[in-house]
Amino acid sequence: MITLNINGTTHQVDVKPLETLLAALRDRLNLTGTKDGCGEGVCGACTVLVDGHPVSSCLLLAAYAEGKTITTIEGVSGDGKLHPLQKAFLDNGAFQCGYCTPGMILMAKALLEQNPRPSAADIREFMAGNICRCTSYVEIVRAVKQASRGLRNAAKRS
Amino acid sequence: MGFQTVGKSIWRLDGEKKVRGQALYTIDLKKEGMLHGRILRSPVPHARLVRVDTSEAARLAGVHAVLSRDDFPEGGPLSPFFGRRMKDKTVVALDKVRHVGDVVAAVAAVDVETADQALRLIEVEYDELPLVSDPVAAIEAESPQLFDHLPEIKNNICHHTTLKQGDIDKGFEESDIILEDTFRTPVAQHCHLEPHMALAWFDESGRLIVHTGTQTPYGVRKSLAEIFRMPEEQIRVVVPYVGGAYGAKSHLKVEHLAAALAWKAKRPVRIQLRREEVFLTVTKHASVVRMKTGAKKDGTLMARKAELYYDTGAFAENGPNVVHKATLTSTGPYRIPHIQADGFCILTNKPSAGAFRGYGVPQVALAYETHMDALAERLGLDPVEVRIGNLLREGDRHPTGATMHSVGYEELLRKLGAAIQLGARRKGRGKRRRGRGIACMIKASNTETQSEAKVQANRDGTFTVLSASVEMGQGAETVMAQIAAEELGVRMKGVTFVPQRPDTDLTPFDAMTTASRSTFCMGNAVRRAAKNLRDRLVEFAADLMEISPQDLRVDNGRIFAAGAESKGFTYKEVAARYFARNQEELIGKGFYGDEEDQKTVLPFWLVGGCAVELEVDTETGAVKLRKLVAGSDAGKAINPRLCEGQVRGDATIGIGQALLEELQFVDGQPVNASFLHYTLPSFQDVPDDFPVILVEQPHKDGPFGAKGLAESALPAVPAAIANALHDALGVRIKRDQGAFKGSNSSSRFTSRTT
Ligand code: FES
Ligand code: FES
Repeated sequence: MITLNINGTTHQVDVKPLETLLAALRDRLNLTGTKDGCGEGVCGACTVLVDGHPVSSCLLLAAYAEGKTITTIEGVSGDGKLHPLQKAFLDNGAFQCGYCTPGMILMAKALLEQNPRPSAADIREFMAGNICRCTSYVEIVRAVKQASRGLRNAAKRS
Repeated sequence: MGFQTVGKSIWRLDGEKKVRGQALYTIDLKKEGMLHGRILRSPVPHARLVRVDTSEAARLAGVHAVLSRDDFPEGGPLSPFFGRRMKDKTVVALDKVRHVGDVVAAVAAVDVETADQALRLIEVEYDELPLVSDPVAAIEAESPQLFDHLPEIKNNICHHTTLKQGDIDKGFEESDIILEDTFRTPVAQHCHLEPHMALAWFDESGRLIVHTGTQTPYGVRKSLAEIFRMPEEQIRVVVPYVGGAYGAKSHLKVEHLAAALAWKAKRPVRIQLRREEVFLTVTKHASVVRMKTGAKKDGTLMARKAELYYDTGAFAENGPNVVHKATLTSTGPYRIPHIQADGFCILTNKPSAGAFRGYGVPQVALAYETHMDALAERLGLDPVEVRIGNLLREGDRHPTGATMHSVGYEELLRKLGAAIQLGARRKGRGKRRRGRGIACMIKASNTETQSEAKVQANRDGTFTVLSASVEMGQGAETVMAQIAAEELGVRMKGVTFVPQRPDTDLTPFDAMTTASRSTFCMGNAVRRAAKNLRDRLVEFAADLMEISPQDLRVDNGRIFAAGAESKGFTYKEVAARYFARNQEELIGKGFYGDEEDQKTVLPFWLVGGCAVELEVDTETGAVKLRKLVAGSDAGKAINPRLCEGQVRGDATIGIGQALLEELQFVDGQPVNASFLHYTLPSFQDVPDDFPVILVEQPHKDGPFGAKGLAESALPAVPAAIANALHDALGVRIKRDQGAFKGSNSSSRFTSRTT
């Protein structure tokens, strides 16, 4: 039994010794927003934030996440108002099938927290490990830029 | 007439769910008592199955079912045979395995680990057979044969298409210039991020229920009915959101295995393929295309000879149809008096190749568009003008007998050429060379046309579109609602369209979600259904108002008397009054694909093109795309943002196929069947400067003039890149990918930690 802190809630989870965080999230906690694309750390569909850092949850053992703060797509805005990234993804057509989207949004969130004013090249470099087979990525770059402007303006106002 | 909803880039209806991570895909489903299925696959490419012993696996604790050829005795409860074009596939291998990854057995157990352990306990003895790997060599009489019991297959050829017109010898005699080349393209894979996956069970009444991310729910139901010897109505296929498909999820992929295990275990069974297995399930045809083109000095095309050898792998799959379509359009969108084209669909010991976005056209477009470019170069003509001068025009007869209609090539080609300043002399200095190139493509969408839809007015004033068109990212759910809204006369703002996923128990028959057909075929059905519903609502309102229906108008969700706008009802009010009086549902029905609709040889042409400006490092061979312009004739863009997304995404797969992707085999063994080793386009491989050109030449039979466009850019991309490389280097590239293999970055840097 381990304790996982996910999206601000503490969960007691009974995991097998080598169980990945991805499996714990999806199969034990029914947090299915985090997707399984390759299981080998390459596609980024399973990206979550652990203590604010983007992580391939298909490679991370659940036990290693104990005591850390985990953010999944379900925690980005919950059922409430869309996060500026989520809205920007909609505005820019930054997804089609949507399967890569939770991972993309968390990756972009991590980027904007480190670098609130990324250039297109910064976005492309930071997010290079996330694969989207539907879009051209151009739409995602635009969405991240739009969100970065939105977040900066919001920060100025507050 | 102005449109109110059509032509507007509204948000996707599935969008909010998707950005919140709430959209449900097959992979997200669970079922009480569910077991996990795993598949034992052949490690050898070609062998006779001597022995399959599952007894030990069956005894392992936690194993509920082991499926092998022993479960398919002749005349047994299940039929092992299925196949899209011929019954060449079996649920599990019966006497032979024909490619690495061929299914030998399957296990259902309490968890994946136990199932995997059981697979290791299955004893299989293989008697290896000589390998067939090259499609051109495969058709020699002395070559080993993959099948000897199917009359449709001879010398490993499972299909041959011929297209003939005029007198080919005369055509070349009358030509001033003749080009002749051989082009090759490798195996590629779809790499949809959601792997193939199915969840199946038999309910208390004995019905088979299957949830699967398929593009062909009705096709899956039909094939399952044959295997389980059940009436189709006893089977229900439900399709959640699909995490990418691009052709790979048509017809049975894992559904039959999940269902057969569920039948044997008497429990629900879930099968999710691992990424490596996805690579071995279906691929894109590798090809060898020999092409000979003759023309006059002024560029007028005179003759085209083409031989297409498409490697369809171990089973026919959709291959025959892929080859058929590629052969019939091997003349491109051009007028050529003398034609001889032969396409061969050839079996080899590789995983089977099937439908992949573009459906055989990218392979042949590389050949014909390289020739158009070479022609312009050799004759000193402008590449845009040479193409335009030879175009088949509106009303012209295509060599297949179909009529050219809604084919905006001239506008498209001129815009593409202008967008990259084609012909500009700036070639760069030193080791970096600049080049520019264009290409266009044509694809026929002569697929099965039948689609049926219902549009329902609900008690609460919302609407539901009942359509079996699968939402796999293309935006079908949104576009169908927009078409229905336009026809009903409601604005999307303020009206809710309740989503209904394809479900063979609820959504009426649709041939399939393939071939870019949905906007056209299902769009027409939805439009007709919406009209039918509107007529019913108007009639009911007329009754209420004691006025003739002819005197009523509809706008913005209101029905009112002509000339007296204030006198009337909203749809919501009409629906409320209807349901106060009637128990019966308020539904409009529409069908597309009747005899009248089928009078035309094919529903529509996919029209597209691409222009590229690139830079190539002459020392390393690395290619950098500086600008890529993708264009398409949409007929009428129902939702321009979705259209642009389709075109750009389609072109991006084309970039991958041109520069990065190849599924490689050594002695029949796949060597890079994983995302680690099979290079997909990443953020780093696609240019920022990536505009889309949408031409709109309305289609007379399309809903509001619209037609399909989702496969119109990809086929032109490899050719445009090859032409740009020639412009930069003076060298003709006659092979996708291989020529520049290893030199392209696609840096695999990842910012994630683990
Ligand atoms: S599923 Fe984890 S990186 Fe692909
Ligand atoms: S939206 Fe389908 S993979 Fe990115």
